[in-house]
Amino acid sequence: MAETNDFLRMEGISKSFPGVQALQEVNFEVTRGEIHALVGENGAGKSTLMKVLTGALHLDEGRIILRGEPVEIHSPSDSQELGISMIHQELSLIPYLNVGKNVYLGREPRRRIPGFIDWKKLYSQTQELLGQLNLDVRARAEAQDLSIAQQQMVEVAKALSIEADLIAMDEPTSSLTDRETEVLFDVMRKLRDQGVAIIFITHRLEEVFEVSDRITVLRDGRHIATAPTAELNHNQVVQLMVGRELDNMYPYSETKERGVALQADDLADGQELHGVSLELQGGQILGVAGLVGAGRTALAETLFGLRQATAGEIHIDGQVVKLHSAKQAIEHGLGFVPEDRKLQGLFLNMAVRENITMSSTSLVSNFGFVNTNKANKLADEYVDKLDIRTPSLRQRIRNLSGGNQQKVIIARWLTLKPRVLILDEPTRGVDVGAKAEIHGLMRQLAEDGVAVLMISSELPEIIGVSDRILVMHEGRVTGRFERDEASQDMIMHAATGGDNNAS
Amino acid sequence: MQASAKTTSARPTSAVILEAIRRYSVLLILLGIGLVFTLGSDRFLTPSNLMNIAVQTSIIAIIAIGMTFVILTAGIDLSVGSVVALCGALAAGLAVRQELGTFTGIGLALLAGAAVGVINGLLVVRGKMPPFVATLSTLAIARGLTLVYTEGRPISGIDERFTFLGSGEILGIATPVIILAIVFVIAYIVLRSTRFGNYVYATGGNEEVSRLAGVRTSIITLSVYIISGFLAALGGVLLVARLWSAQPNAAVGLELDAIAAPVLGGVSLFGGVGNVTGALVGAFILGILSNGLNLMGVPSFWQQVIKGVVLILAVMLDVFTKRRR
Repeated sequence: MAETNDFLRMEGISKSFPGVQALQEVNFEVTRGEIHALVGENGAGKSTLMKVLTGALHLDEGRIILRGEPVEIHSPSDSQELGISMIHQELSLIPYLNVGKNVYLGREPRRRIPGFIDWKKLYSQTQELLGQLNLDVRARAEAQDLSIAQQQMVEVAKALSIEADLIAMDEPTSSLTDRETEVLFDVMRKLRDQGVAIIFITHRLEEVFEVSDRITVLRDGRHIATAPTAELNHNQVVQLMVGRELDNMYPYSETKERGVALQADDLADGQELHGVSLELQGGQILGVAGLVGAGRTALAETLFGLRQATAGEIHIDGQVVKLHSAKQAIEHGLGFVPEDRKLQGLFLNMAVRENITMSSTSLVSNFGFVNTNKANKLADEYVDKLDIRTPSLRQRIRNLSGGNQQKVIIARWLTLKPRVLILDEPTRGVDVGAKAEIHGLMRQLAEDGVAVLMISSELPEIIGVSDRILVMHEGRVTGRFERDEASQDMIMHAATGGDNNAS
Repeated sequence: MQASAKTTSARPTSAVILEAIRRYSVLLILLGIGLVFTLGSDRFLTPSNLMNIAVQTSIIAIIAIGMTFVILTAGIDLSVGSVVALCGALAAGLAVRQELGTFTGIGLALLAGAAVGVINGLLVVRGKMPPFVATLSTLAIARGLTLVYTEGRPISGIDERFTFLGSGEILGIATPVIILAIVFVIAYIVLRSTRFGNYVYATGGNEEVSRLAGVRTSIITLSVYIISGFLAALGGVLLVARLWSAQPNAAVGLELDAIAAPVLGGVSLFGGVGNVTGALVGAFILGILSNGLNLMGVPSFWQQVIKGVVLILAVMLDVFTKRRR
């Protein structure tokens, strides 16, 4: 009897890739009119399960039952015809196409002449959808001109345009502000009340508890638990996800200050940065909070010489420096772990060893020739030190998990023994366990005397990790807090403009 | 406050001007070059010379339109020069030597061009080869087959109906120019108004995203190589019709002009950006350059150098205006 209630049942789903069992006999059900959160660490199999459902991947074993009937899904268009729509984790808009073309890609309204598109209808329908989402964007605007958050909302519009009975959302909120997230949640609730089944994947457990009706936890490709959200609490879910108790998400120890390592006075870049001052002590972690577009990345890039400062001064160890390139910044003892790991941080097709030793070739080479023994030794040292989990030093970096990739990037900087390390969203897309390790690593660095500047959009992380906190809004500093005096509310207040008093 | 007020008021005007320059940059270059030649030679701006330019440009423009489809999907077709020679030789040879008649000869030659496109497309889609390597291989194969088929000698003796395609006139307009106009209009409508055209842009913009949206990208990719092969064959037929004979070494290096034309016209080699109007204007820039430089008596060796410099300038203008946007 319970069976008839399920809109979708996935039974005994298995899927393996060469060397990895991504899914192992997973069962998963969704009913009409519910928001079903699917949670798990990276690599737990959430995205794989969704790709099987939407036909992007083919299952090895198991069956999918939709509306009580077994179905075969071989391609994305199959799943769309069955009324399933998906918001993919990676932004999937085509930058040069306009919003309307993106929303209706593959399903353009047709004219009576075969093969021709009814553009008028396409744009008017798009505009209507955008209106429903309170999105102030023209249907003819090119996707590349939109902000990341707007692009993400267009993704939502794309999913809505299918008028699906089931919408799977893979991390739709990852780059939305709180306000936009609320709009999205309202839309989700409205759809649920209309009887749509929603699968919601997110790394932010607060969101799970705010919006979902049921939770399913996956770990290592297996189904661990499914329960109504009301019957679970935050810690229980984390435990189910990790499979062990996390002793301390935010290890903290008081560190003594060791003098100002990095100082900026009224720094501006002529675009996004309008006069930012900061002081960073050796042995301390300075957390930089703010909303998307607050100018935090511009600050990091200016400090690291990637952008030219048009006004203001940078002091390193008390000396005024002019930085025109990353090379100069590195020579002054700075390191920078960028926001986009894959694009800016990694040599994806190279091995772990090369990724660690790339910046310090002088240490591992003789007369310009790389000495493999030296490289192995250096890489080994940091694999041990940072507990990087990899089958071997010759493993391609793209096969490692996000957390381990991030540790490799940090290791690369540590080989240079930096005085100041800037980390831009160091735990984005990293699972809970690895997150705690990276927090511990930053604390360890601080204890060793490194000055750490951490940019983060996650308030618990900012508050948990930082010694001091700086909040930015529209290129200016709108709040400065000591560790003990900061609360999430105070930071949010400053990040949304605040009283404009500090700076 | 001051700073933000300044930027908001300054942005629109400069952005509008830059946008206009960006959008019409190729046209400006075309007009600029035309102006230089008009001042430099009194034989340049005459009706007969302009028609002459159009005839000379039409073959390369037709092939460049096919190339545009391929480049829009972020591919490249290096085989077009060889396909021109092969299909030209086939058209003439089948018509004259095998005595199949002009229409059958030309029809089979066009099919052969499409068939090379099928092979190129399958190598890319099924063989997972980079388009550069796949079409570099077929460039060599098609040229080799041309030499085998012609035994290295020209084929002549085509009839009037054949030469009419290259040297005839309809209502005072040269036939190749009319054929170019037809090809252009069809290509323009296909890219602008049809689902296929939309999917060509989408595939070039991001193939994986298009696939996930239900677009059958392998068929789109296959199709653009077929279009390119077919139009290269058409170019080959027109070339034979104009020269009254098929030359086994015709159109060596023609792929460079066929690629340069769309690139001049703002078609991005990374895919997803540009249109056939740009390719047409680009082809005419190249055609006017050759013609004008000839009229001004510039040695042909130097013409090559000047063409290269113009290509650099045009692309730099494009990059510069885009970055400032």
